Amino acid sequence: MTELLVACPECDALHERRELAPGAKARCVRCRAVLYRRSRLELDNQLALVTAAILTYLIANSFPIVDLQIQGRSNSATLVGSVLSLWRDGRELVAVLVFATTLLFPLIDLGAMLSLLLITRRGRPTRAFAPLLRFLLTLRPWGMIEVFMLGIVVSLVKLSNMAQVLPGVALWAFGILTVLMAVILSMDLHALWHVAPRTVASLKAPGRPVHR
Amino acid sequence: MNAAPLPPIPPITTAADAGLVACPHCRLVCRDIATDTPTLRGRLRCPRCAGRLHPRKVDSLSRTWALLIAAVILYIPANLFPVMETVTLFGTQDDTILSGIAYFWTSGSPELAILIFSVSILVPLLKLATLSALALSIHRRAAGGTHQRARLFRIVEFVGRWSMLDVFVVALMVGLVHFQGLAVIQAGPGAAAFGAVVVLTMLAAHSFDPRMIWDRARRPAPGKHPSGKHPPGKHHG
Repeated sequence: MTELLVACPECDALHERRELAPGAKARCVRCRAVLYRRSRLELDNQLALVTAAILTYLIANSFPIVDLQIQGRSNSATLVGSVLSLWRDGRELVAVLVFATTLLFPLIDLGAMLSLLLITRRGRPTRAFAPLLRFLLTLRPWGMIEVFMLGIVVSLVKLSNMAQVLPGVALWAFGILTVLMAVILSMDLHALWHVAPRTVASLKAPGRPVHR
Repeated sequence: MNAAPLPPIPPITTAADAGLVACPHCRLVCRDIATDTPTLRGRLRCPRCAGRLHPRKVDSLSRTWALLIAAVILYIPANLFPVMETVTLFGTQDDTILSGIAYFWTSGSPELAILIFSVSILVPLLKLATLSALALSIHRRAAGGTHQRARLFRIVEFVGRWSMLDVFVVALMVGLVHFQGLAVIQAGPGAAAFGAVVVLTMLAAHSFDPRMIWDRARRPAPGKHPSGKHPPGKHHG
């Protein structure tokens, strides 16, 4: 079967697929690109991690990130609040960009991840699996929680010069979420194609795998 | 790390050499029956994920150039227009990306000034330059420096997202500093342009197919006359 072969995504060199030890990576012999990885985490650990990330995401967006005090007046901001302010000020494009990369895409990513892991765990083929995984693969580069976290740090330093800054619950939540996301993103999504229950994709046009 | 794939058997066989195609979505290696039947090109679907099969990214160079040009054009307003407008009792202050960096530099946070200079000025510029140079090298059918070019591309693809930092900082400042009559911060027109530059350069990097670096180095494109000089065919890992 074709799953014995893997082509390097960056230089197209063919390799034979080998079973990896947990935590190991296979690299292309020619260009050193990562071909595939095996996570140290078992399926149930991954599920737990994604669930924790979803809860952290909810906390991070329900509480203020930081409370700012100038001359006895205080103002706190959530991420959603910031997006709304941008929108109200007539910067719709920026608002949409921030909303998509820090709120919408990470949430869809986590939701899709949870569904895919649950489908895999249940072990019964589902039609939705392949489209969902393909969609997630396309979407993934556009979630930018970790960049946003760095943005929070920079803003805090900037504001601490002119006002009193009190960190809010969401600040810590974003910190934890950044770490959780880093672990989740380090899991190889392509590995799911191999462990997932077989689904027969609808073939609209001819296209067949190599039979060896 | 030790569980590497097969040891290298030079010269390396690519999927395209073997008449195979790796699905661009799920990477399943399939037989590329469109090499024999060109009318099927672009109509084949992956048996595993039902995605369209293409041996290389479609119109990779034209798309990369189009996105790069758009990014270069927007780079100008992104740097000239203010990204942030601060209205206080003492008046309005407009900050461009560069003046924001200068502020950090003079207010005692040179580390942050360097960080923001790197991700907001250096990274977009280097990204535009690198992607243009890579695309040009494909046009010129350059054979040398394949490893270096592959590495450059990987770096460009990795660092691009960090340029969004300034957009997020502006968004947070706008959300936080909202003291009517005392101090209000608003996003300037440069912020949208800058965000667009980041997105466009990211899209440009996504459109560029790094496999072209290796394809062109090994042989001329099908249908074209060989350029006369054949690059050395030895590729060790």
